[in-house]
Amino acid sequence: MNFFGTLSIDSFVQTSAVAMGAQVFVIVAATGGVLWLIFSGTLDWLWREWLTSLDHKRIGVMYLILAGIMGVRGLADATLLRTQQATAALPSSGYLSAEHFAEIFSAHGVIMIFFVAMPLIFGLINLVIPLQIRSRDVAFPFLNSLSLWLTVAGALLVNASLVVGQFSAAGWLPYPPLSELAFSPGVGVDYYIWALQIAGVASLISAINFLTTIITMRTHGMRLMHMPMFTWTTLGSMLLVLFAFPLLTVVLALLFFDRALGMHFFTSTLGGNPMMFVNLIWAWGHPEVYILVLPLFGVFSEVVPTFSHKKLFGYTSMVVATMAITALSFLVWVHHFFTMGAGANVNAVFGIATMAIAIPTGVKIFNWLFTMFRGRIVFKTPMLWFMGFVSTFVIGGMTGVLLSIPGADYQLHNSVFLVAHFHNMIIGGVVFGFFAGFTYWFPKFAGFTLDERLGKWAFWLWVTGFLVAFMPLYALGLMGMTRRLYVVDPSWQPLLIVAAVGLAIILAAVAVQIAQLVVSVRNRERLHAGHNPWGSHAPEWAPLPPVDRTHNTGVAMCIGALAFLGGFGMVWHMWWLAILALAVSAVLFILPPFKHV
Amino acid sequence: MSTHQHNHSLFGLWLYILSDCVLFAGLFATFAVLRGQTFGNLSGSDLLHLSTLLVQTLVLLTSSMIIGLTTQAKSRGVILFGLAATFILGLVFIGFEIQEFAGLVAAGAGPGHSAFLSSFFVLVGTHGLHVAVGMLWMLILGVQVWLHGTTHAFSRRLTMLALFWHFLDIVWIAIFSIVYLLSTTL
Repeated sequence: MNFFGTLSIDSFVQTSAVAMGAQVFVIVAATGGVLWLIFSGTLDWLWREWLTSLDHKRIGVMYLILAGIMGVRGLADATLLRTQQATAALPSSGYLSAEHFAEIFSAHGVIMIFFVAMPLIFGLINLVIPLQIRSRDVAFPFLNSLSLWLTVAGALLVNASLVVGQFSAAGWLPYPPLSELAFSPGVGVDYYIWALQIAGVASLISAINFLTTIITMRTHGMRLMHMPMFTWTTLGSMLLVLFAFPLLTVVLALLFFDRALGMHFFTSTLGGNPMMFVNLIWAWGHPEVYILVLPLFGVFSEVVPTFSHKKLFGYTSMVVATMAITALSFLVWVHHFFTMGAGANVNAVFGIATMAIAIPTGVKIFNWLFTMFRGRIVFKTPMLWFMGFVSTFVIGGMTGVLLSIPGADYQLHNSVFLVAHFHNMIIGGVVFGFFAGFTYWFPKFAGFTLDERLGKWAFWLWVTGFLVAFMPLYALGLMGMTRRLYVVDPSWQPLLIVAAVGLAIILAAVAVQIAQLVVSVRNRERLHAGHNPWGSHAPEWAPLPPVDRTHNTGVAMCIGALAFLGGFGMVWHMWWLAILALAVSAVLFILPPFKHV
Repeated sequence: MSTHQHNHSLFGLWLYILSDCVLFAGLFATFAVLRGQTFGNLSGSDLLHLSTLLVQTLVLLTSSMIIGLTTQAKSRGVILFGLAATFILGLVFIGFEIQEFAGLVAAGAGPGHSAFLSSFFVLVGTHGLHVAVGMLWMLILGVQVWLHGTTHAFSRRLTMLALFWHFLDIVWIAIFSIVYLLSTTL
């Protein structure tokens, strides 16, 4: 039994120049950050006011900061992918090895979904939900802080793989048998498993917390059918987390048992069934995309009436549509693998169920458009983001319906047409929706609005960049280009160069957004906003009585740190470390109730 | 504060139990798919020892009844007795399970020997792990009631523990039926 498990000095050796660069960057950034904290004298303030805070607003802001940092990492990965494919037209093979390219696209997907999109929605939900239902905080403030720090622990594990060992090269969902020990002998898949296992538990705890908050803590007189739409869609999204994330826990645990304990759930030997993994992970994975997009549908339902100066059209149908999407999203997972060959009837059922989701989604789109109809529309940035959303998301929706036809899917399965489709949904829906919500609610928390001029620049750059980056992928998919290729056919190169230019425009948009934040903070006197700058009638804008400061605790952060160590121990088979971290966490978790009996 | 908190925690526990149902549903689905994949090793019908299973089931059901009665008790002594009795019955249940697992491993039918055995060990073992966590919870509540007597917060926690323990009973009934009884027709 080795004290360091499978960890050795060799684990720190990175093979390629790009990987070494990333390793050095992470080490320098981490040490630099820690040293700055110690010597700038902000550590004490940070600890007191932020890291140990149980205030839902501060936890929300910290989620957004996590999403911002991980978003930079995800964009850096995207830049590597796009430049590789644009330059790797055969006979050239670009500058990344096949293995490294696979690690990067796996990390890109994992980071963008779990450590950018999820923190973004949990950030917004934390900031807004207690204000919308006018409760003093969430039901379980300590668990709220715990969720945040467990998510941070997961994000740190992903980044630790840049320094020690490597990340999974098996895609954002690591299909076996490739992800089994026989074909992925390194620690990459283990990093994946433990980063997601920890972050997944965090999401589940958050779901319990927000469901309890919404159901039991609404202000006096706010019945279910009085709830604002953002609260409704959050309710739907959190119900999906509650019922979907346990499946992620199961499937990751079973894959871990295969890899570490020699079991045979998904192996290709001794009776294992790889397709069971694919079924289980998509039974989680399809609800996951609605978990991400539903809260943003809620954001648009707040933004559109405010900037159209009209009541939301069809509130009841909006609620019904939200709940219909919530229910239907559990009945479509097989459309991710029609090519498994489950048979024509099974595929037809799931294809039709998939098309059926377009109906409630269409109801929502028409409700927003009818809200605008004959309204007094003001095109402030949040409304522009809605316009960007509605015009791009509908394209993505239609390509989705196209993909839901099993016959067409057999042709387009795993092509970059699919890559274009889901980026269309996630960027058009989740990312634009977040920007709408962020710009809209920003003055509520900061006391000043964001700079409009730069906001509009960012909007137009984002929409242009998105279209230039992803429309070529639809065409390439129809031309036969499959996804995840590290070298490409020369005939695809022109369109791939166009896509790379699109990414450059998106990077410019992000730069403008960072500038927008800086400029707005500098001009905050001039941009000063009253308590309701948009003239909204929604409950979160009404002034709130001052909240007594909730007490602070560093326990959640300590458990987060222990979860990171425990996860690291599991990855490197340092069982003693994992068991110790679990035991200490349990003690930390159990002790506080002894104080308040 | 206390009634309010009561509603929150109890509601939160119900939600957790719902999510745990999905967790077990995933494991049951996996077992259902893999139960025929014995690869020449032991199959379901080889595992069936109805007599021990009957005892095991009765032990768990009795423990559930005792913890249910304990929630109605007022005095510290009775509560401690109830918790101790439930704990011991839980220990007996786990003892049977460990014996069964050890026997299988000794007979060359450990979890790594076929997909069926992997899914059997993990499904039944996950339930056993839940039982162990419930027992840890009992220990903690025992210490609390020993130190502080029956406070408001304590009776809330005891109700929650009992709810969790009943839930584990229901899962066991499903395991008993699907894993063991159905194996006779395999």
